[in-house]
Amino acid sequence: MIEEKFDAIVVGAGMSGNAAALTMAKRGMKVLQLERGEYAGSKNVQGAILYADMLEKLIPDFRDDAPLERHLVEQRFWIMDDRSHFGVHYRSEDFNEERPNRYTIIRAQFDKWFSSKVREAGATVLCETTVTELARDANGKVIGVHTDRSDGEIQADVVVLAEGVNGLLGTRARLRERPKPDKVALAVKEMHFLPRETIEAHFNLKGDEGVVVEAAGTISRGMTGMGFIYANKECISIGIGCIVADFQRTGETPYGLLDCFKRHPSVAPLIEGSEVKEYSAHLIPEGGYKAIPQLYGDGWVVVGDAAQLNNAIHREGSNLAMTSGRIAAEAIVQVKSRCQPMTAANLSVYKKMLDDSFVIKDLKKHKDMPMLMHTNSQNFFLTYPQLVSKAMQNYVRVDGTPKAEKEKVTMKSFVNARSWTGLFGDAFRLARAWR
Amino acid sequence: MNVETSVRVEDKLFYNRYLVDVGRPHVKVRAHTKPSPQLLALLKVCPARCYELNDKGQVEVTVDGCIECGTCRVIGEPTGDIEWSYPRGGYGVLFKFG
Repeated sequence: MIEEKFDAIVVGAGMSGNAAALTMAKRGMKVLQLERGEYAGSKNVQGAILYADMLEKLIPDFRDDAPLERHLVEQRFWIMDDRSHFGVHYRSEDFNEERPNRYTIIRAQFDKWFSSKVREAGATVLCETTVTELARDANGKVIGVHTDRSDGEIQADVVVLAEGVNGLLGTRARLRERPKPDKVALAVKEMHFLPRETIEAHFNLKGDEGVVVEAAGTISRGMTGMGFIYANKECISIGIGCIVADFQRTGETPYGLLDCFKRHPSVAPLIEGSEVKEYSAHLIPEGGYKAIPQLYGDGWVVVGDAAQLNNAIHREGSNLAMTSGRIAAEAIVQVKSRCQPMTAANLSVYKKMLDDSFVIKDLKKHKDMPMLMHTNSQNFFLTYPQLVSKAMQNYVRVDGTPKAEKEKVTMKSFVNARSWTGLFGDAFRLARAWR
Repeated sequence: MNVETSVRVEDKLFYNRYLVDVGRPHVKVRAHTKPSPQLLALLKVCPARCYELNDKGQVEVTVDGCIECGTCRVIGEPTGDIEWSYPRGGYGVLFKFG
């Protein structure tokens, strides 16, 4: 048994765990962080986009030495059918600013750097250590953890569960439910390497400029899902994800979808000639506001993906993770500075603070979207993309047909596919869920 | 469905680094005679194709190529079809990029 007792134990060295450990260590707390990977980041998978604002709140000068790939100057949204894409692209020179707003990153490298900041702040970081169980006292209060090392129980006043979407500890201890197949998406990703000049030419970039492509449509074959392509310095992250329950229902394979996405005529030229160096998969919490579990209890708090804090609609996750980790840590610091015990009543300040932040406000705003997307996946991910593609082709193809007739054909195709009631219903439901 | 079969997942897994904990698989399939629908779903949905049918028609798991996403846990643990733990500290997949 490790004899010394810690003020806090943080389980996991991802975005939320590092944010929590860093915040508490900076405030002079005695922090132990446990990570099962060989190094921080070795088990972590993300697209990945980094949001500067949320990291600045933790490490204001992170741009000096963080391993950043490209700052984003362009965002592309694609609606795809099997042979076409209809795109909305937003590109602005304003994003070539002194302190850019968003970057592409490579998580294994970024997390290693983030972890070095946690160590510098004074936390003890122990890698290659899997936490197997929470330790509790006779009253059920969490008082520490058991690991797969021979040290036995390690004690702390409070445990921060930053164990990720597939966190076993919290569910084994019945602090929260196991994620359900209809509340999580499975995404697969490959890292495609190319010379940086080639990437810049393929994506119309110069210097460290970056671009994000997000794509939905027949690529997910009627399942709720999305594809993505992120330009890094010398590689391209390309992946696709769909709700697990949809995979279960359809029998589609994740690698089959990824392969089709890669071979799509709009995508293939972007990665042509590349060398693949990694294949990964990860679950993404997609349940939104309604899937958020109890966030605190006697001797524990839960943060990040483990708490389902992910905004699937805006494709934001790591910023919610960092923010929830930081806020949980600030709440713990508050309780400690008042010399109060880490009880559920005292730790409830974490939820109050989180409710006041963008994290919960944004998730609450879109609380009906996950269900809407899931129950209407055939329409939103198959029917409409096909209709839009046909309409666009009809619009741009010049063949002597009068425009009024073309418009009539397009309108008719929408009504035939969805009926007037269906069209208005979909528009109304979408508007109401978005509101 | 030729598309699906043309993708060789084994080749993809070859890109990755693993430290296999020989003799201590972190995922186990409960003994069964006829696989449940959940177990059968894992044959397709596992992104590393760790699940396969043996010649008796039972579902078997080989965790060497597991990328630890947890999808099989979400599907197969509630029915008791599989047991899921994390690999021991330091073992399993090691992402260079993640």
